[in-house]
Amino acid sequence: MGLGPTKQQPSESFPPPQSKRRRQCQSPALDMGTRNHLWLGAKRILTCYLVGLTISDRYATIVSVTGDSMHPTFTAASSSLRGDVVLAERSCLEKYQFSHGDIVMFKCPSDHRELFVKRLIALPGEWMFLPGSHDIIKIPEGHCWVEGDNAASSWDSRSFGPIPLGLIKGRVTHFIWPPSKIGRLDTKIPENRISPV
Amino acid sequence: MSGFARRLAGFPWREFAADAFSRVFLIAQAVCAVHVVNAHVCSLAVVTGPSMLPSMNLAGDVVAVDRVSARLGRVASGDAVLLISPEDPRKPVVKRVLGMEGDAVTFLVDPGNSDESRTVVVPQGHVWVQGDNIYASRDSRHFGPIPYGLITGKVFCRSSMAMVCLVSLTLNF
Repeated sequence: MGLGPTKQQPSESFPPPQSKRRRQCQSPALDMGTRNHLWLGAKRILTCYLVGLTISDRYATIVSVTGDSMHPTFTAASSSLRGDVVLAERSCLEKYQFSHGDIVMFKCPSDHRELFVKRLIALPGEWMFLPGSHDIIKIPEGHCWVEGDNAASSWDSRSFGPIPLGLIKGRVTHFIWPPSKIGRLDTKIPENRISPV
Repeated sequence: MSGFARRLAGFPWREFAADAFSRVFLIAQAVCAVHVVNAHVCSLAVVTGPSMLPSMNLAGDVVAVDRVSARLGRVASGDAVLLISPEDPRKPVVKRVLGMEGDAVTFLVDPGNSDESRTVVVPQGHVWVQGDNIYASRDSRHFGPIPYGLITGKVFCRSSMAMVCLVSLTLNF
């Protein structure tokens, strides 16, 4: 019974602030009418916007993929309404740890307003066979090599070279839209590209 | 003991939960607001190291960074910018933009030892960044022009660490 008195105290002291706060919230809404409703609505929208933006910046965001550069994996679509909608996680950006075959979203090196989605082929410090030739190049520190799945029509590292990891803005992990595809994305690891040196 | 149980059941648990939830939500909202301002409007960064020496202190300066103009592409030649290092994405660095896309930039290859200079045309969507202290800075002279997408903010205000400490002390007392 030693606990009794200490437990008793909060039960007496908690309800008053609760009821006081509720009264504060209600009275202006009753007095001011529609203007207050608008104000509350605006506040709610702002809150949702802030929370949504934070989640999409730090944890995961939803993007629609267009273009035919990733064709077998993503549907080739010309408008963003018909493209695949995918979930891209952002938590990988804290440590910048990626693995071969990940599909990443990055800012185009020649136009910072555009976001590209391509497959990661080689990671920093690795030796890689250039596609279509027998040359081997070394990926510089802090850079990576990205390519589209549809080699015939993809503008990627084969044209602009290795890109800095800092341009990467997320890793695509799940399909959200066409209902037939919903689920995790399977990673395809391209074979015979990395030199074992 | 039954009296204790009865008392326990008499607590307004529902109100406790609602109160706790509203408090947690309020804190979450504040955290979100701080994140959004920090990531999209402006933020503070501490700069250390010798690479910007005449204009920024060796021991550490606090700079205010404007994220909006970097996002809108309003960075021009001569601005000091905060950018993600192309060699290590975890490291933010401060450098000065010396050339925008299409500009021809002439630089000394090895400023301490020779007068050899080289001219480079900055490609589309890239910028040329250099530290103010050309003798101790690792910048575009070593890794070439960097994509504009690596720039995360434009420095618009600088204050030395000592000044910040002084101001915070005077505000406290």
